[in-house]
Amino acid sequence: MAQEQKQPKKSSEEVTQDEVAPETDVAERKEALDDDVDAILDEIDEVLESNAEDFVKSFIQKGGQ
Amino acid sequence: MGTEVEYGVTVQGQPMANHMVASSQVVNAYASATARARRARWDFEEESPLRDARGFDMSRQVADPTQLTDEDMGLANVILTNGARLYVDHAHPEYSTPEVTSPRDIVLWDKAGEQVMLDASRMAALVPGSQPIHLYKNNTDNKGASYGAHENYLMRRSTPFGDIVRHLTPFFVSRQVVCGAGRVGIGQDGREQGYQITQRADFFEVEVGLETTLKRPIINTRDEPHADPEKYRRLHVIIGDANLAEVSTYLKVGTTALVLAMIEDRFITRDLGVDSPVASLRAVSHDPTLRHQVTMDDGRRLTAVQLQLEFLDLARKYVEDRYGDDADPQTKDVLARWESVLGRLERDPMLCARELDWVAKLSLLEQYRQRDGLDWTNAKLQLIDYQYSDIRPEKGLYHRLVGMGRIERLLDDAEVERAMHEPPHDTRAYFRGRCLEKYADAVAAASWDSVIFDLPGRESLQRVPTIDPLRGSKAHVGELIDRCETAAELFAELTHS
Repeated sequence: MAQEQKQPKKSSEEVTQDEVAPETDVAERKEALDDDVDAILDEIDEVLESNAEDFVKSFIQKGGQ
Repeated sequence: MGTEVEYGVTVQGQPMANHMVASSQVVNAYASATARARRARWDFEEESPLRDARGFDMSRQVADPTQLTDEDMGLANVILTNGARLYVDHAHPEYSTPEVTSPRDIVLWDKAGEQVMLDASRMAALVPGSQPIHLYKNNTDNKGASYGAHENYLMRRSTPFGDIVRHLTPFFVSRQVVCGAGRVGIGQDGREQGYQITQRADFFEVEVGLETTLKRPIINTRDEPHADPEKYRRLHVIIGDANLAEVSTYLKVGTTALVLAMIEDRFITRDLGVDSPVASLRAVSHDPTLRHQVTMDDGRRLTAVQLQLEFLDLARKYVEDRYGDDADPQTKDVLARWESVLGRLERDPMLCARELDWVAKLSLLEQYRQRDGLDWTNAKLQLIDYQYSDIRPEKGLYHRLVGMGRIERLLDDAEVERAMHEPPHDTRAYFRGRCLEKYADAVAAASWDSVIFDLPGRESLQRVPTIDPLRGSKAHVGELIDRCETAAELFAELTHS
């Protein structure tokens, strides 16, 4: 467990992780995202209204501004 | 500045429910549960929704009934202790933030409004015999109806309105790539299949005009400053989407405020006009790959992101020129985030899925399309679009994504909770909110530019005008309100009577 929590060394000048990361990091991040997709969709599946057709049909609003 | 958001409303199991009644139930439930004593009414005296910024009034006879927003039809309408207004407008519950002075404060009091709406709908459900009412922070039912999410910016009256139209139109045509909320369906009734960047683009039909409910204009000319009309105008922006993502809201108002400051200071000398703004607005919205090019008046062809980069470039120079290193941290932050987001949108829009509503929603939809092989006509995708904006944390898909750590936040829940009840410190909303909180019994009515007291021993109501949006701040009246135990004492101090 202890090993899993080990943080990569950070120099004080290192910027917090953001978009300035080089292209390879971007690709890696996208890959990591893909791995999580199933987990995300499973959780969303659980809360989605059960009958999509009925829900869509009954979502009727009056116009506003 | 401030925002006003109309929420979509459904009654569980009753698709044909009367939306005006349901909206009133929501607002009244909140008012009854939170008002400790008498409920202060909204004061309509200073409202003039038919005043046009171009210098004339529309006659009431030719106005559409939906434009007569100053007629109190007995619909629920209350002022909250945070200085906000909660009411029913055109069959939707609506929340207007208190006046604030920074983009981050907009995000904070706008989010507080979502929580107020959530509490209100839960309170309405407690009324015996009532069906659960659900609220959606979106702008269309995808069947032809649209309802608004407006922004308001205080501007100097001396700024020529023509300058605002000239420079703001191309900005509004392009800013949707940052602040669109995303929509499944093309066209007002959503009949054509596909995904587009905004909820609202298809409902805009003219370039400039007074209307907000029909023939919607890119630049709205309603001239109702709720402040000294000699000094100020209130620019009423009706073209935005209701955002859930905090970064979307933050950049929407932060970048718009910067562009307006440049217009006021006559800093923009480049002509950034675009050909056929209404058609361009829609064409940009209909292309989530962001490759559509608009034709500029000078003949160039630019993508919406490139057009935004032109505004960013101007804004950087403007801030450098006016403030140099003394620019406030939030202005610097808006510029940095704007640049960062635009850079990634150019490379791959999906890189903004943690920050921008339309990308977060599209990312989720594409994942469903891939896993389940769905085409854009599938009802499940439409459902995901609606449910993204469900304000219930347990049901709303935006909220589920936040819960999974998939969306970047700017605020923490504790400050949002406080902002439901406490006003901002640096505008007249402070005076209004504190009066409501401390002297609820004695406040007969209030509005943006007044608080009206009903004081013991006085026959007539006493109106305290709050015509300057920056007076009535904590620095100005905080100590006074702390000191005065009763509204009568406060009134005596204010008027030296």
